[in-house]
Amino acid sequence: MGQMIKVGMADLKVCKEPDSLTTIGLGSCVGIALYDPVTKVTGLAHIMLPDSKAIRNNSNIAKFADTGIEELVKQMVKAGASKTRLVAKIAGGAKMFALSGSAASAINIGEQNAAASKKKLKELGIRLIAEDCGLNYGRTVELYSETGKYLIKAVGKPVKEI
Amino acid sequence: MNLDQLNDMYIDVLREIGNIGTGNATTAISNMLNLKMDMGVPKVELMPVEKLGEAIGSEEQIVVGIMLGVEADIDGSMMFIMDMKSAHKMVNLLMMRDPDDEKEFDEMDLSALREVGNIIAGSYLSAISTLTNLVISPTVPSVSIDMAAAILSVPAVQFGLMSDRALMIKTAIGGDGSIDGYFILMPDEESFAKILTSLGISI
Repeated sequence: MGQMIKVGMADLKVCKEPDSLTTIGLGSCVGIALYDPVTKVTGLAHIMLPDSKAIRNNSNIAKFADTGIEELVKQMVKAGASKTRLVAKIAGGAKMFALSGSAASAINIGEQNAAASKKKLKELGIRLIAEDCGLNYGRTVELYSETGKYLIKAVGKPVKEI
Repeated sequence: MNLDQLNDMYIDVLREIGNIGTGNATTAISNMLNLKMDMGVPKVELMPVEKLGEAIGSEEQIVVGIMLGVEADIDGSMMFIMDMKSAHKMVNLLMMRDPDDEKEFDEMDLSALREVGNIIAGSYLSAISTLTNLVISPTVPSVSIDMAAAILSVPAVQFGLMSDRALMIKTAIGGDGSIDGYFILMPDEESFAKILTSLGISI
């Protein structure tokens, strides 16, 4: 067993076998797991918002689905992954609170995050092979480099593997 | 006005806002539950949005979050966060059940928690409203029981839309080890300026 490396909010990390990656408590954020099954180069991004172009303050590229995924792919290729072999799994994008009024638009961001992530993956020609998105609960995820296994843990629910 | 200009005087004013709001809200809960409650000194924190998930301790700790939007003259959101034990105690007191009962919350219990949210947000915000002469109205509360990081990611995203940092006025409450929680008021940048101006502080 390697090390379990933590990915923070609006953060991304790349690792190689035998290490693994985790991010805690994805709410409306999305955890994008990319994996090269041959070199076992593994990457995880924890994005908060769908679109870097819609925001004035976009200095942290790991915060957004579009720039975050791009950067993750770049770092993985640098670490030895082949872009054409990459496969993706995504989780998160929940709606934690059902609010009304002006706060509501920001609350539906989960759905937008998941949609923007899929769009970017498609644009880059990366195959999305599994997802666990939406609903109303938080998810902690673990991504293993040996197998590309993506574990999803939620409060009061059995551990799910995608 | 932006958050870079946050200085000690502004922080003092915001801390006082937290003091008055929480004082009122704590009294409201205390009366409602007939419990003695204490409150801590409010903390005004400006932190990177990425760190908000850790704002009240362990990211994986399961908490009950009651969240409301704040509208009218100021925009932002407000949250009341309790640990599970405190939430059970509060619901049991309201429902007149055995205080140590820890059965899973049903729809009625969640509704009681939302009502608690209504009462405390109402009293917190009306105190600030009186002080500043600003119209501040809360939206209908929503309850979520989950990991602290997932709950706090919601305001983090709201702040993330505008800035890389989040401003929060956080106050801990507790009493005889009964109900422990946090009040967190998170005004957006413009509202933060409005609060200060309304109190006659030139910015």
